[in-house]
Amino acid sequence: MTTVKDSLWTAHETTPSAIEEALRELLSERHAEHAGYTPARVLNLVCIVDREWSGEIANRLRSVGDSHASRTIVCSVEPGRTSLDAVATIASDREPGPGEFALTRETIVVNVGPGHLAHLDTIVDPLVVTDIPTVVWAPHGHPEAVESLRRLAQVALIDSIDDPEVSEALVRARSLADSLHVVDMAWLRTVPWRERLAATFDPIPLRPQLATISSVEVRHQPDSVASALLLLGWLASRLDWHCSPLLPSGDDLTGSAHAHRQDVTLTLAPAREMQVRGLLGLTVETASGRRLSLDRGPGGLHAEYSNYRKGIERSWTVLGASRGEGGILGNAIRAALARDRIYLPALQAATTMVR
Amino acid sequence: MAVTTEPENPLTAGLERLPVHPTALVVFGATGDLAKRKLLPAIYNLAHEGALPERFYLVGVSRGELTHEEYRELAVEAITSFSRRPPDPDVLEHLLEDIRYVSGSFDEDRVYSSLAAILGEFDGKAGQPLNRAFYLSTAPAFFPVIVGLLGAHGLQHSEGTDTEVRVIIEKPFGTTLGEAQELNRKVLSVFDERQVFRIDHYLGKETVQNVLAFRFANGMFEPWWNRNYIDNVQITAAEDLGIGTRAGYYDSAGALRDLIQNHMLQLLTLLCMEPPVAFSADEVRDEKVKVLHAVHAPTLDDVDDLSVRAQYGPGVVAGEGVRGYLEEDGVPADSNTETYAALRLSVDNWRWAGVPFYLRTGKRLARKLTEIAITLKPVPHLAFRENADGVRPNQLILTMQPNEGVSLSLVAKVPGTRMTMAPVNMEFLYGTAFISQSPEAYERLIMDAMRGDATLFTRNDEVEAQWHICDPIVAKWEATPGPLPQYGSGGQGPAEAERLLLPGDHWRAI
Repeated sequence: MTTVKDSLWTAHETTPSAIEEALRELLSERHAEHAGYTPARVLNLVCIVDREWSGEIANRLRSVGDSHASRTIVCSVEPGRTSLDAVATIASDREPGPGEFALTRETIVVNVGPGHLAHLDTIVDPLVVTDIPTVVWAPHGHPEAVESLRRLAQVALIDSIDDPEVSEALVRARSLADSLHVVDMAWLRTVPWRERLAATFDPIPLRPQLATISSVEVRHQPDSVASALLLLGWLASRLDWHCSPLLPSGDDLTGSAHAHRQDVTLTLAPAREMQVRGLLGLTVETASGRRLSLDRGPGGLHAEYSNYRKGIERSWTVLGASRGEGGILGNAIRAALARDRIYLPALQAATTMVR
Repeated sequence: MAVTTEPENPLTAGLERLPVHPTALVVFGATGDLAKRKLLPAIYNLAHEGALPERFYLVGVSRGELTHEEYRELAVEAITSFSRRPPDPDVLEHLLEDIRYVSGSFDEDRVYSSLAAILGEFDGKAGQPLNRAFYLSTAPAFFPVIVGLLGAHGLQHSEGTDTEVRVIIEKPFGTTLGEAQELNRKVLSVFDERQVFRIDHYLGKETVQNVLAFRFANGMFEPWWNRNYIDNVQITAAEDLGIGTRAGYYDSAGALRDLIQNHMLQLLTLLCMEPPVAFSADEVRDEKVKVLHAVHAPTLDDVDDLSVRAQYGPGVVAGEGVRGYLEEDGVPADSNTETYAALRLSVDNWRWAGVPFYLRTGKRLARKLTEIAITLKPVPHLAFRENADGVRPNQLILTMQPNEGVSLSLVAKVPGTRMTMAPVNMEFLYGTAFISQSPEAYERLIMDAMRGDATLFTRNDEVEAQWHICDPIVAKWEATPGPLPQYGSGGQGPAEAERLLLPGDHWRAI
């Protein structure tokens, strides 16, 4: 996206109140330049990042399409730092024409030291726009910083895939959910798969078949176990399955869930050939002989359906473009504005499947 | 008596996009401008977002002699040119890989036989009977022809299956009350009303739907949303452009039929309706129809007092000289078609009695603008009599385009030692408060039609009630010879519009 005419302010050894004052002046200057410049007021995004990886995070934030936060506050953690440096910018995608308005967005990068993190709220609080939701995202850890921001944030943006220990990731998500609305990118990666499973069983004659599901296999990128577990957790929570921990079986994790009519075999199969995060495919079988597979493919999901009792085999493409990592982050920012009441039960069920 | 209930699908809870039954969509007029500019790009964008039904098939029907492959190429070109996002080649390829084209005149039986065969083939391919949606994007004269032949070939229902067949009909739905009634009779002799989706694409716009949210999700407006507090209402749909290359259509339609009879009366209904019991198709439309029935339809004798028409003359727009309507290519030099129409209507019910509703639309006006302006009555007593120059009645402005939002004009004290008043605006712009992901109106409407949700479509009694209001005006204008008053392009419209205003009222500047 092309941005035009960024307004810029920088300072060394500064304070939150000086940053806030500078931002007000920048906004005022921008408005004086053209009354059509209008600040977006949707949500604040507070990112806590390691300084050495801040460029990568900036690239990810640039790739979210239209789903920008109104005010992004990046707390860039630098070892050894004891004072605050800051850069504030106001950007707009275009210049307003006569009678038009052009949205502006603010970005504040504050260089902080590890010693600041336990009380990061005292730095961030003066910088957030009040009366709109504040989202906290700490892709490089820093739990003490997240903890200090609980008071002023409403939403925690996480990616359970980031944590090498999936069980810890799920426990942390549950802990955050005690006081914050959690938007988990690992969960958002399951959206197309959930939509398609829901659609498959939506025709009224097929709805009773949900009770006959006898096995589910989820194929996933090796690091994306959390997404696969959340998908199984979703099925378990929606269909009232009682799950036991999954156990290693070769490369896979396997186990079972107890459903009303029969047990359901559950398998998580890592797909080593998959480079990008997320799910590669899934297969659902029913006791009545139906088998549905969905796999990533060009132009959408490649679907295969068979019913061995009736000798039926079909395949087709379920249309849809890949959202990419930028799209997932953009969806996460949008999801921060809504409440997803299905995630927590799915998370809870997923937690029972890991030791 | 045993009561059977359909089993629920617990997997749909919390999904942003609910499943839609596998569908075959047939577009009549598949090579026309609307199909190329709006429908095909909308279908592509739905595919891109994964919103189309899991099994989806597309059939084009038109007079042009094209093969399936040639139509696929036409669709690729249309989508590439007009989609709101660059198409993903893989999605595009899969969307169009099974596309079919039926060539022929809409009154030929063989067209419908071919169509039936293709739809049967698609059912077989999907392994299940598909829902069918017939989109009539043709000249209105073909609507009854197509509907009749769909019925004659048994395509209006899907015997022995639980699938749905729907027909989506583009505007204009008739050009007079008589035509609309006749078309309704024809359509409803073949389809049930629940199968019929009459498009008014304005209703698919987010900002139009927001009128309902604004009124019925905020408690603060309802106490003064009535004749006791509201002085007058102005609904404006102004365009800065002329007719462009649409002389053929526009000269036979005119501003009244093009915008007032449908879009602007729809805005009026949303503004005036009582709160529906639920946001369901019939609950909402029942309330809208009540408003239309309450609108005083002008008699032939009333028309001159309650309406104004005019044509744009030459003028200057954006610093450049432009031609008048009668000099436009394709427009007869003696045309009496109005490019500007304004009405003063009244809604004769308990809530709105005595409040004038001014509707105006025109081409080649000062700028592009669609808004509803609600002017409140002045305060009953003003204590600041000596410094009251800046005091104006409050106005609430709902802007649909170009800057979607809500603005409330207030009166405030000018900073200083004296008690001087000045109007100020409290503004809310939708774009500043949401992360914008608004679908195009056609995307929303196509999905709603495939899903069977008729809330944003016009019902038979609604369209007839709209015509009941406009028919006398059409009749009077057609019977009255020209020439029509002219207004300068790039301006505020004809001076004649002033005579519609009741004493003390003023047109808002466009």
